[in-house]
Amino acid sequence: MTPLLHINNLHCKVDDNEILKGVTLRVNAGEIHAIMGPNGSGKSTLASVLAGRNDYVVTQGSVTFLEKNLLEMSPEERSQEGLFLAFQYPVEIPGVSTANFLRTSVNAHRRYQGLEPIDPQTFLNLMRERMKLVEMDPSFLQRSLNEGFSGGEKKRNEIFQMAMLEPKLAVMDETDSGLDIDALRIVADGVNRLRTADNAFVIITHYQRLLNYIVPDFVHVLIGGRIVRSGGKDLAYELEERGYDWIRQEAVEQD
Amino acid sequence: MASEPTILNEVVASDYKYGFESNIEQELLPKGLHEDVIRFISQKKNEPEWMLEWRLAAYTQWLKMREPHWANVKFPLIDYQDIIYWAAPKQREGPASLDDVDPELLATFAKLGIPLEEQKLLSGVAVDAVLDSVSVKTTFQHALKEKGVIFCPISEAIQKYPDLVRKYIGSVVPTNDNFFAALNSAVFSDGSFVYVPKGVRCPMELSTYFRINARNSGQFERTLIIADEGAYVSYLEGCTAPQRDENQLHAAVVELVAHERAEIKYSTVQNWYPGDKEGRGGIFNFVTKRGICEGAKSKISWTQVETGSAITWKYPSVILKGDNSIGEFYSVAMTNHHQQADTGTKMTHIGNNTRSRIVSKGISAGVSQNSYRGLVRINPRAENCRNHSQCDSLLIGNKCGAHTFPYLEVANSTATVEHEATTSKIGEDILFYCNQRGIDTEAAVALIVNGYAREVLNQLPMEFAVEAQKLLAISLEGSVG
Ligand SMILES: Nc1ncnc2c1ncn2[C@@H]1O[C@H](COP(=O)(O)OP(=O)(O)O)[C@@H](O)[C@H]1O
Ligand SMILES: [Mg+2]
Repeated sequence: MTPLLHINNLHCKVDDNEILKGVTLRVNAGEIHAIMGPNGSGKSTLASVLAGRNDYVVTQGSVTFLEKNLLEMSPEERSQEGLFLAFQYPVEIPGVSTANFLRTSVNAHRRYQGLEPIDPQTFLNLMRERMKLVEMDPSFLQRSLNEGFSGGEKKRNEIFQMAMLEPKLAVMDETDSGLDIDALRIVADGVNRLRTADNAFVIITHYQRLLNYIVPDFVHVLIGGRIVRSGGKDLAYELEERGYDWIRQEAVEQD
Repeated sequence: MASEPTILNEVVASDYKYGFESNIEQELLPKGLHEDVIRFISQKKNEPEWMLEWRLAAYTQWLKMREPHWANVKFPLIDYQDIIYWAAPKQREGPASLDDVDPELLATFAKLGIPLEEQKLLSGVAVDAVLDSVSVKTTFQHALKEKGVIFCPISEAIQKYPDLVRKYIGSVVPTNDNFFAALNSAVFSDGSFVYVPKGVRCPMELSTYFRINARNSGQFERTLIIADEGAYVSYLEGCTAPQRDENQLHAAVVELVAHERAEIKYSTVQNWYPGDKEGRGGIFNFVTKRGICEGAKSKISWTQVETGSAITWKYPSVILKGDNSIGEFYSVAMTNHHQQADTGTKMTHIGNNTRSRIVSKGISAGVSQNSYRGLVRINPRAENCRNHSQCDSLLIGNKCGAHTFPYLEVANSTATVEHEATTSKIGEDILFYCNQRGIDTEAAVALIVNGYAREVLNQLPMEFAVEAQKLLAISLEGSVG
């Protein structure tokens, strides 16, 4: 089976510092992968490179998404092709309502697929329905995007947008951090319901607790810009118990 | 950090869409300004003696005045002897019908999207088109006349309604108000005149479209709008100019008079040629706009969307003389490339219970400089006045500047004056977020700018709001990547 996403020996630099030092990862449709690792290990960098942020320079390696060269695409094309990034720190956009932002986004996707802009009433109904998934109140639609939203509300808004865009691959960058236990459950339930045999999730986290609710097929440990260990969901428990030092130690010994 | 705006660097680029030049036969005076030029203009317009005297008096005052340089804009001293003060399309005297208008001229306005054939006009908008120094055509004259509304070139009003003009001209902006107003008073060539009689609600939007075409010429139009007791009028002004390497001077004066319970809504979409990406050429826009709420419960509302001009120096103001009168100023001023704008308003509270509201939205991109300058003055005997000012700045990229100069002079303790200011920035983070949702950078900037300017755009009549929205998008086109 050709994987949905194939990252092969990816190296990347920011300001001449090499941050990713040869990451390899295959993600098939229907799978959930968790990427764990201590702060500063390169998790957000990996997410940003996949989404096409331009201050990250790929120096080596390749990324294939749906059999296309992902690295050649603009960030908006990657989105339109079905790659979604739930940001660790979602931005606020004053003056642009959540509804208007999403309509622009959904219509950009539709244009890419050769479809007409969505009819406003259908769109409104769709938004209302998808908001329920993350228990967001419809009043958020008229508020400026993320402006004055609490940390948890911003994260839920990310999942709501994901539900609207129905991506093939969703990369969630620490969506769990800053969420209380109820919000965590809401977000996890949302993700579980969006899961199909045709899409996949890469969940970046450094706590195991989200993985109690979203059960991963694979867990990878990213340290120092490399995946130093991969395993099943039990690896997450092990990390929770023992921390990262022992793995770091092993990785050094292997080098 | 990676150099912040790799994308934003190009916050430049967009091309001016109205830069064409028309090949219209013209009558020009040689460059230079002296008494004879003023006599010539006055004679050309067949003006009565008092008008000439008024101009000459203004000229004498102007000679004693100095070009103001206090605004936060930089420009070389202007050589007033290097400007043509009279440029007019050649045509028969006073075109009575469209057949009398040079077809090339009609084509010019059609190209600008301003068809002058009445049947083609947007329903409900009467247009006065002013090319260089002369009013070309005013539409819908008859429909207006039925209601007693006068809407005509000011040169025509001087002939036909001398009493009205004489009573009001210079009553709001005196000839010696400032250097550019004095110059305008001496040499103004045309402009629009509006009079709405008592109790009449003007049945349609009135609109003047200004176009500079001639080379090396200045444009000095003068607009005078009077709403008599209980009258209502909404007036729109649009402007463009050809793309040229040299700077051209535009020094207009607009005076508004609102009597008891009258309301004047004045909207401008200013899109004079802003100069090229390196800052060559463009219009110097030095304009004096002021209204007086003469009667009780009258209202004057200025709305402006400023995207053009190399330099904008403009402070549409309201003198709130009548008790319970209301003054409003809604502004979106956008600067890109090397443009400089110093714009704002002056609200002078004289009457009791007068209220004013200021909403200013500056948008700066490229290496432009954008300043808000506003004065709220509450006179000692003005009781229970209120002002609310909201001044926001939006920066696109990090090479441009936004500045706010609010001045408050409150001499009565019963006044309530509030000022709020915010600064925000469209940075790489926001653009990347939009891109990640499939929205390209240009669409993202348009989305954000329109969201930001919405409160002001909502004040414009519908068709204009749509135009203005497009204009903002176009002016920022290529501004980003
Ligand atoms: N824009 C940047 N400029 C310089 N260094 C950066 C930049 N982004 C990330 N880094 C560095 O790269 C490393 C990995 O960061 P990040 O990917 O955010 O880690 P994580 O998400 O795993 O906590 C850190 O040392 C961080 O300081
Ligand atoms: Mg991170």
